[in-house]
Amino acid sequence: MVDFSLWDIFRNLLLAARWTVALSLIAFIGGGIVGLALLLARLAQWPGAQRGVAVYTQLFQGTPLLMQLFLAYFGLALLGVNVSAWVAAGLALTLYTSAFLAEIWRGCVNAIPKGQWEAADSLALSFTEKMRHVVGPQALRIAVPPTVGFLVQVIKGTALASVIGFIELTKAGTMITNATFRPFTVYACVALMYFALCWPVSAYARKLERSFQRER
Amino acid sequence: MIQLDFLAVLSQWPALLRGAAFTLLLSAAAAVLGVGLGIACGWARAWGPKPLAAVVGVYVEAVRNTPFIVQLFFVYFGLPSLGVKLSPEVASVIAMVVNLGAYAAEIVRAGIVNTPKGQIEAARSLAMTELQVFLRVVLPPALGRVWPAMVSQIVIVMLGSAVCGQISAQELSYAANLIQSRNFRGFEAYIVATAIYLVLSIAVRQFLNWMGPRFIFGRLPQAGR
Repeated sequence: MVDFSLWDIFRNLLLAARWTVALSLIAFIGGGIVGLALLLARLAQWPGAQRGVAVYTQLFQGTPLLMQLFLAYFGLALLGVNVSAWVAAGLALTLYTSAFLAEIWRGCVNAIPKGQWEAADSLALSFTEKMRHVVGPQALRIAVPPTVGFLVQVIKGTALASVIGFIELTKAGTMITNATFRPFTVYACVALMYFALCWPVSAYARKLERSFQRER
Repeated sequence: MIQLDFLAVLSQWPALLRGAAFTLLLSAAAAVLGVGLGIACGWARAWGPKPLAAVVGVYVEAVRNTPFIVQLFFVYFGLPSLGVKLSPEVASVIAMVVNLGAYAAEIVRAGIVNTPKGQIEAARSLAMTELQVFLRVVLPPALGRVWPAMVSQIVIVMLGSAVCGQISAQELSYAANLIQSRNFRGFEAYIVATAIYLVLSIAVRQFLNWMGPRFIFGRLPQAGR
């Protein structure tokens, strides 16, 4: 029987927290890329893109992330892909994040006054030029605070990956609990670490939000 | 070749139906209690005495910056070591209420702080007590202003309740898990469960949007809003 001191618990959780951070970054960056592609498809008014993206968003926002993880896990296995928890969790969280970011950013683009679009059109700018020089820079400024805020949701979302066997902070907590029989202490530590990860991000998002509103 | 067999899953519809009903029951309990808690906490943060507002602020930040699954595990696995033993169902409701309460508090507060000063002064000049001012003058239009956000949050909590199956609360995702352990049709079972969640989330949203103006904040005269 190995005795776990509080420090042992803490150290092991800290080691597992690396994977929470890694998975969050994968989901956030991957989701950002896919979300941007969805947004551009919508703005470029490709046939069917408007509806397609709306349905996509509704699907991911209207179903539990846990089910999406299970579907990625079982679905990939069905396709004959050898699924590690990394692939399934990475895929599910990327798609989930992309749906939310595409929606958030659409709101930001919509907040740009119509006159800007019309001015860009009257200068005969191409779609790419419009995005690059007129819409993009303005939307980006509006988009930063809510995007940073959503990062908190992504970090919290990675906790669900524990359910399909991805060893991150929550899963490590469960494993350590099974070894030490001290659920209260362990889960309190786990919660504390999530708080340490998320709180600075939400505080930063709030600060951005506030300074943005002051500017206006 | 992939062969999907949905019949094997759909033939277990009683389990799915029971699971869906249980998910709705959990969510309804959490919504009523959670919004109540949120109103109390929203009041405390906007109008309450300073120390109380600070305590509530800590609660709100703590909940909003930790994952629901950890909160649930803490309630279900952690609290028994303090002598509080809970059934999975009670633990689920408690975790959901605590979770929703924190988000609802922020939502309610946003509604409260946007109340025009003149309305509060007018109510006070009519010799209403502070409680009356809050419950009759400030709260209903405040809820009306933030109702869309509140509805979204309730739906999010309902979808989050899928995690409660992990502590064997017998809701929809638990039913799906049970079915797939019987017939090994994991993908089909979760597809069906996910589709049911989608229907539930759309239905609950529609219902709450319909209900809000009629029963929650609509009994005030509409003038002046």
